[in-house]
Amino acid sequence: MQILQQLINGLSLGSIYALLALGYTMVYGIIKLINFAHGDVYMLGAFWGYYMINTFHVGFWTALILSMIFCAIIGVIVEFLAYRPLRDSPRIVVLITAIGVSFLLENGMSYLFSSSPRDFPQAMVMHRYHLGSLSISNVQVLILVTSIVLMILLQLIIKRTRMGKAMRAVSVDPEAAQLIGINVDHTISFTFALGSALAGAAGVMIGLYYNSIDPLMGMTPGIKAFVAAVLGGIGLIPGAALGGFVIGLVETAVQAMGFSAFRDAAVYAILIVILIIRPAGILGKTTREKV
Amino acid sequence: MKKMKIATLAATAMMLAAVFTGCANKAGTSGNSASGDTITIGGNFELSGAAAAYGSAMQRGVKLAVTKINKDGGVKVGDKKMKLKLVTKDNKSDNASAASIATNLTTQTKASAVIGPITSGAGLAALPNMTKAKVPLITPGGTQDSLTLQKNGKVQPYMFRSCFEDSFQGKALAKYVYNTMKLKNVAILGDKSTDYAQGLIKAFKGEYKGKIVTTEYYQAGDKDFNTLLTKLKSKNYDAIFVPGYYSEAGLIIRQAREMGIDKPIVGADGFADPKLVSIAGKSNASNIYYTTHFDAKAPANNKVADYLKLYKDTYGDDAGTFDALSYDAVYMIKQAIETEKSTNSVKIAEGLAKLKNFQGVTGTITMDKYHNPQKPVIVTKLMDGTEAEATAVK
Amino acid sequence: MKKNLKYNAIWLGIAVLGWVLINVFEGVGIIDQFAENTLVLIGINIILATGLNLIIGFSGQFSLGHAGFMALGAYAAALVTQAIPTEGGFVLGTVIGMLLAGVVALIIGIPTLRLKGDYLAIATMGAAEIIRIILVNLKITNGPAGLYGLPQLANWSLVYILVVVTTIFTVNFIHSRNGRAILSVREDEIAAESMGINTTKFKVAAFVFGGMTAAIGGALHANYIQTIAPNDFGIMESINILIIVVMGGIGSMTGTFAAAALLGILDMILQGFGALRMVLYSLALILIMIFRPKGLLGTWEFSVKRLFNRNKKKAKEGA
Repeated sequence: MQILQQLINGLSLGSIYALLALGYTMVYGIIKLINFAHGDVYMLGAFWGYYMINTFHVGFWTALILSMIFCAIIGVIVEFLAYRPLRDSPRIVVLITAIGVSFLLENGMSYLFSSSPRDFPQAMVMHRYHLGSLSISNVQVLILVTSIVLMILLQLIIKRTRMGKAMRAVSVDPEAAQLIGINVDHTISFTFALGSALAGAAGVMIGLYYNSIDPLMGMTPGIKAFVAAVLGGIGLIPGAALGGFVIGLVETAVQAMGFSAFRDAAVYAILIVILIIRPAGILGKTTREKV
Repeated sequence: MKKMKIATLAATAMMLAAVFTGCANKAGTSGNSASGDTITIGGNFELSGAAAAYGSAMQRGVKLAVTKINKDGGVKVGDKKMKLKLVTKDNKSDNASAASIATNLTTQTKASAVIGPITSGAGLAALPNMTKAKVPLITPGGTQDSLTLQKNGKVQPYMFRSCFEDSFQGKALAKYVYNTMKLKNVAILGDKSTDYAQGLIKAFKGEYKGKIVTTEYYQAGDKDFNTLLTKLKSKNYDAIFVPGYYSEAGLIIRQAREMGIDKPIVGADGFADPKLVSIAGKSNASNIYYTTHFDAKAPANNKVADYLKLYKDTYGDDAGTFDALSYDAVYMIKQAIETEKSTNSVKIAEGLAKLKNFQGVTGTITMDKYHNPQKPVIVTKLMDGTEAEATAVK
Repeated sequence: MKKNLKYNAIWLGIAVLGWVLINVFEGVGIIDQFAENTLVLIGINIILATGLNLIIGFSGQFSLGHAGFMALGAYAAALVTQAIPTEGGFVLGTVIGMLLAGVVALIIGIPTLRLKGDYLAIATMGAAEIIRIILVNLKITNGPAGLYGLPQLANWSLVYILVVVTTIFTVNFIHSRNGRAILSVREDEIAAESMGINTTKFKVAAFVFGGMTAAIGGALHANYIQTIAPNDFGIMESINILIIVVMGGIGSMTGTFAAAALLGILDMILQGFGALRMVLYSLALILIMIFRPKGLLGTWEFSVKRLFNRNKKKAKEGA
C-alpha cells in the first residue's frame, strides 16, 4: 500500500516538474535557447496570482487566467528587450543574458517585495480523497490533469494550427521560414507568450498547492525542470512531460528507499547514464551529421 | 619546448621562494575608534541570495535598534553622548564576499564593531579579516559550536554571538522531549544542506536517552515532503524532530497534518517566526513545540512587549527571532561601549566578553568564557497557531 | 622553438614588472588591504576562467560544471594544509587536488564528451552537483559546515604567480601541436576527425587540463578565505565563472582577464548598495551582453609577438 501511495506522491511531484518543463522545452524547441529565466517567470506568475486574489479577491480560475495573461506579456517583453537584439549571436551569449534576466527577476522581486516567504491565499478549499489507506488531494489531481491536458493542447497547437506550422518551420530553418512569408519575430513572440503563460499557470497552481511563495522559488524547480526537459529530449513536448514524471518518480523512489541525502545526486546520475545511452534524451532522435 | 618549460618552472620556483620567505606579517593595528561624534557600526548582511530572508530580518532588527538608540539620546561614552551610524553592505549570501566585506568594513569604513553575517559559514569566512583588524563581530544566527573557538580550543577574541549555540539548544530539546514530554521514540526529519540542522541533530542524538527511530533528510528550498512523510507515517514513533528553518518546517507541518500525522512536531529556534504559522496554516499548527529566545506570554523582562510593539509599529509585521537577536546585538555593543567608556574596537571586544546580566529582548544574557550568551531556553507549544504554553528548560 | 622561448621570456618579464609594481603601490599605500583582497579574488577568478575558456572557447565544449573541479582542489588543499599547515603542505595539497581533479575530469569526460552542446552542459552540471552532494555527505569533509580555520597560506603574491604560471601554460598549450588539434575540433569536428585527429582524445585533454587549473583556483580559494563549504561550489559558482568567460569573449584569454577584473571591481563597488546589489549586477550583465555580444574584447588577443613583429617591420621600413 505504501508503494502505491509513494507512486501517487511521485506522479504528483513529477506533474509539477512536467508543467514547468513544458515551457522550457517549447522555447528551446523553437529558438534553441535555454531560457534560464523560465523558473522566474513561474515565480512572477505565483506573485501575480497572490496579489490578484488578495487585493481584488478574484476566484482561483480567474487568478489563473490573469496570471497566464500577465506572464505571457512578461515573456514577450523579456524576449523583445533581452533576447531579440541577440538573435544572431552565439547561443551561449543569449544563455548568459537569460541568466542575467533570471538574476534580475529574482533580485528585483526580493528588493521590491522582500525575500521572506509568504503564504498563498487559499482560493480553493483543499479536499483529500481517500481510498483505503491511499490519499490524494484535489489540488494534486488538478495539477496532474492540467499538465496532461496542457501537454495534449500544446501538441495540437504545434501540429495542427497555422501558428504551430510556422513555429515548426522557424525551428527547422528561420531564414527559409522568412522566405516563405512567415513572420519570424511574431512566431518567436508567440512561442514565448505560450511558454510563459504555462509558467504563469504553474505558478498559481503550485503556489496554491504548497501555500508558500518567495522570490527565489523558481530557482531550484527551474533547474530541475530543465533537467527534466533534457532527460526527455529537449524540444519535444511529450519528452518534457515524460522527463518530469521520471524525475518525480526517481526522487520519490530514492527517498522512499532511505537515501534521502543522495536524492539529487541520484537524479543527476540517472540523467548522465541516460544521456550516455541516448545522447539526445529518452525520446530524442540523434541526428547524424552528413558530410 | 622542454627548455621553455624548465625555464618557466625555474622562474616560478624562484618567485615562490621569494614569496614564502619575503612576506613577513605587517605590523598589527590597534583597532578602530570613533572619530568625531558618531560611532560607526558595520552591517555585513545577507541581503540577496539564498539567505536573504534571514539577512534582511537581521537588517530590520539592527536598523530598529540604531534608530531607537539615537532617538533615546545615543551612547554614553564617558561623559559624552555619541550617536550611532550604521553602514550596511550586502554579502549576497556568499562566503568569499562576506570575507571581503569584513575587510571593507574594518579598513575602509573603520567600523568599531560589526554585526553579521547571519550564517555560521559566512561568519567563519569573515572572522580572519575581523581578527586581523581587531574589530569584534557579533553574529545573530551563527549557531555552530566551534564558531567562537580557535583550533587549540581557546576562544576567538573577536567573535561573539547573540544566539544559542547548536549543542546547547539540541541538548535542551533532547532533555525536554525525554523528561518533560516523556516521549521515548523520535523520528528526525532534518535539513541536510545547513550546518545549523546538522549541529542540532548531532547534539540531539548525543543527549537523547530514548530511541531515534529513523533519520531522514531534505534540502533547504524543498517544497514537497510527501514522500518522506508517507515513509514516516508507517513507522512507530512518538514525535518528529525537525531541525531546520521555518520556510521548510512550515511546509512540513502542513503536509504532515494534511496527511493525518498528528504526532507532536519539535523544532529549534529556526521555527520561531510568525511565518511558520502562516505557511503551515493556523489549524495545522497544533502540537508544535520549539525552543525560542523570547516569549510574549512569559516575558523575561518588560523589554519584550515594547520590542514587539515597536517592531509592529515600524514594519507593520510581527517580529521574529532573527530580528530580535540582531536588535539585541546592537544593544550589546552599546553596553560594551558604555562599560568600557571607549569606542575603540579592541575595548568593545573586551566589554562584550565581560557582558553580565545584560537585559535584552531575547533574555537576560551573560557571556560565558567562550563568547556564548548564557540565557534560559524557553520551549513554546503552539495550539491552533497560537502559543498555548511556555516552559523554561534548564 | 627558440622564438617561443623569447616571447615567453618577455611575458615573464612583464609579469615580474607587474609584481614589482603592485608591491611598490602597496608600499606607498595606493593598494590597501581591501584593494588587495579584491585583487586576490580577481586573480582566483582569472585562474578559474582561463581553464574554462580553454574548454569552452578553444575546444568548443560547453561545460557547466567547473565549480566541481574547483571544489576538489579546495577540499584537497584544505585537508592537507589542516594536517601540514606549511607552504609545503599547500603545494602538496594543490598537487593532490590537481591530480584528483584530473582523474575525475577523465572519468567524467570520457563518456560525456561524446555529448553535444546543451546535453554536455547539463551532464557536466550534473556531475559537479554529484561532487558537491558527496562533499555534503562525507565525514572527512565535515558535511555542510565544511572545513574552517584553515591556515592562510595564499596571499596575493602567490595568487599572482599562479595566475602567471597557469596563463603561460595554458597559452603555450593552445599554441602547441596538441593545442592546434584542439582548435581544429572546435572549428569543425568532422573535418578534424577526417584529418586523423582523435577528437575525443583532444576534447578530453582540454577538459582534464581545464579541470586541473580549476583545482588550483579552488586550492587558492580555500587557503585565502580560510573557510570552505560545499555550498561555495554550487551551480551558481559554475555560472559565475561561465559569465566571466563569455563576457570576456569566448576564446580570448585577454578578454578573460579584462572581464574578471571588470566584474571583480564591479562586485567591490556594488557591496555598498545593499539589497540593490544583485539588481544592479544583473542589469549590468544584461546590458553588457546586449551591447557587446561578442564579449568585451571579442576574439582579440593581446600579443607580444605581434607587437614585436610590427615594430620590427616598422624598423625595416624605416631603414
